[in-house]
Amino acid sequence: MQTIAGSEPEYMKNGQLVTADGRLLIDSLKTAERRRKFVAFAFAFPLLMFLMVSFIVPIVQMMWRSVDNPTLVNTIPNTLLELTNWDGQNLPNEAMFAALAAELAMAQQNRQVGSLAVRMNYEISAARGAFIQTARQVGGWEAPFKEQFLDAHRIWNDPEVYRIMIREGRLLTSSYFISATDRTFDADGNIVLQPENRRIYIRLFGRTFGMSLAILVFTLILGFPIAFWMAHLPMRYANLLMIMVLLPFWTSLLVRTTAWIVLLQQEGVINSSLVAVGLLDDAHRLPLMYNMTGTVIAMTHILLPFMVLPLYSVMKTIPPSYLRAARSLGANNWTAFRRVYFPQTLPGIGAGGVLVFIIAIGYYITPALVGGQSGRMISNMIAFHMQNSLNWGLAAALATILLVSVLILYWAYNKLVGADIKLG
Amino acid sequence: MESTSKRFLWIIIALAIAALVIVVLVMSNIEDRRTSLTIVSWGGAYTTSQQRAYHDPWMAMNPDVQIVNDDGSANALAGLRAQSQAGNVTWDLVDMLPSDAQLACDEGIIMPINHDAMLAPAPDGTPASRDFFAGSLGECFIPQIVYSTVLTTTSQWTGGNSPSTIKDLFDLENFPGRRALQDRPGTNLEWALYADGVHPDDVYDVLSTPRGVDRAFAKLDTIKDQIIFWTEGAQAPQLLADGEVVFATGYNGRMFEAIEVEGQSFEIIYDGQIVEWDGWVVPHGPNVDAVMDYLFFATDTQRLADQARYIPYGPARASSAPLVGNHADLGIDMNQHMPTAPSNYFAPINLDNDFWADYGDELRERFASWMLQ
Repeated sequence: MQTIAGSEPEYMKNGQLVTADGRLLIDSLKTAERRRKFVAFAFAFPLLMFLMVSFIVPIVQMMWRSVDNPTLVNTIPNTLLELTNWDGQNLPNEAMFAALAAELAMAQQNRQVGSLAVRMNYEISAARGAFIQTARQVGGWEAPFKEQFLDAHRIWNDPEVYRIMIREGRLLTSSYFISATDRTFDADGNIVLQPENRRIYIRLFGRTFGMSLAILVFTLILGFPIAFWMAHLPMRYANLLMIMVLLPFWTSLLVRTTAWIVLLQQEGVINSSLVAVGLLDDAHRLPLMYNMTGTVIAMTHILLPFMVLPLYSVMKTIPPSYLRAARSLGANNWTAFRRVYFPQTLPGIGAGGVLVFIIAIGYYITPALVGGQSGRMISNMIAFHMQNSLNWGLAAALATILLVSVLILYWAYNKLVGADIKLG
Repeated sequence: MESTSKRFLWIIIALAIAALVIVVLVMSNIEDRRTSLTIVSWGGAYTTSQQRAYHDPWMAMNPDVQIVNDDGSANALAGLRAQSQAGNVTWDLVDMLPSDAQLACDEGIIMPINHDAMLAPAPDGTPASRDFFAGSLGECFIPQIVYSTVLTTTSQWTGGNSPSTIKDLFDLENFPGRRALQDRPGTNLEWALYADGVHPDDVYDVLSTPRGVDRAFAKLDTIKDQIIFWTEGAQAPQLLADGEVVFATGYNGRMFEAIEVEGQSFEIIYDGQIVEWDGWVVPHGPNVDAVMDYLFFATDTQRLADQARYIPYGPARASSAPLVGNHADLGIDMNQHMPTAPSNYFAPINLDNDFWADYGDELRERFASWMLQ
């Protein structure tokens, strides 16, 4: 369009389009866009806040706990200061014991000695008793203190205690992560593997990933035909089938787990039926439960809908005409399925697989009830440290490792397969 | 169309506001009428016994107070710590084990107790601190009962050869079959040593040496492939009842319930029973006055004896012992079912909480690793 200065039409100004009220169109559009964005954000804001408060903040707090280590710094600062002069070999000098005596007496008064003792006991056995008992007596002691400490508990004769106090006398610690990877410190302060009979976590992580992978494979093998069938049946029957998939999905997890206990135990339905029809000798009933088999069977059933639903939703969108076209071009049934149909279900397999795997890795109550000793997973250990041993730092370190490894796996999956994930 | 959906939206908003107003009104009304005390305990038959022996009579005397039961005792220390760190204590009174109570006390998250000032004396005037059994009172801990962890077996052994000692738990030749043990080192290591010939009084001395620990694990190794580990307390009697195992460890009260109330054919083996106290602690909650009033009532001589009418746990006061009578519903004499009855208390191992506080972390690790291997 050609414009001549002084004779612009009313919808133009300095060569730019304007709206009816005289504002530049481009500004007006920007305002409208901004308002639209604001409204969209305002709608999402409550959800964002909710996620922030109930999800992100607790996760960050939990991860913080795995390195947070304020106890020693807060309760025995002067002792730590005196320990900087220690040679690291013989026992520390009187000045350190005097500082420790004063600070233990103070901690006893403020009721902080309990957390100090518990913290030290994570690093060396019997430290809890030593700190608590000594703190009770120390108020009545006169200088010099060193001999009285050495008499009060045998642990004060062990230079290891003072090395640990130096090592853990910092606000951040790596000791929880070191324990969580089955490692420990040797006498020279090097990080070494725990003795064979105290290694737990690496093996348990490996088993957790292995079992989750097995469950993923089983749900795929069982779920694929069901989803395929459902996607190709007439609506009436497909709905019925869908209800049969969803019904257990809506049933309480505990009920389903308990039902599996009834089925799987040695005197249970499956074993008794096998014995009744003579397939099994009464003395050799199958151990289907309280081992890995039990956990895999029960969890495969429980997680099956998470595989079936994404598969079904993807298969539903594949036009049947593609298969017909493949066959009309000379492919047999198997080739048509393999080369034409199956590749199109990959997004569904990917979505279902990721869902099942990630849910399985954090599973807790089913392994606890049917897993026995060999069917436990890492989450059972995390729960144990949260609720029973109360070593929340170690629990946080284990949980952080689990979270990070899941994120890495997810990232690798994205790199390899692509992020084409369809959920439901 | 648009005006209909708009009207619909307004109706929903109005309904939501109305519902909110009603909820707020009802809540404030409840708050006004009654103080509510949250008492945390172990649930099941145990909480029922406390309800009938303590809560019901006390609420009859104090109609303005409502007692709410919370079955959180299994994770009591974790709960107390979390509530204290969050600065929002919602538990008024907690039933817990003395080892955890001492830890909570050392951390300052529960109240120190002046037993003679806060608790009722015995009917003959003996002050509380001398009426409760020696060693049972803690700085912040008021004992109620003594319970024990016992070995239980099915009574379906044939040939007149039935197990009667902890040694039999480790005897696969004469007593074959699977055994249900708890998935923690406590009880299991003590029994392994006891069955290996250590005197009950020396168990913890042996166990505090590395060689003693090796010896206990070696003994457990002999039955390892026959062990099913249980986690939740209810699993043990269930495994026995289902015929999954021939031995199970469990709490004597739960086993009594299974045998006498549910009619299961189990036998309790009191040999080597592991005996421990259980009792109350008071967190720094909002209703301390009401809690103290409740505690004075609920820990007096008669009330402790009353609890034993519902569950076979021994009262922690000497003056309660002669008052223990028959079970309230079954009418059987409860005295012979107490872990402290002379016929049962012949080879007890008294649980050493100091030992487990000191060596628990290390032994739990080793036990978990042993279970995995």
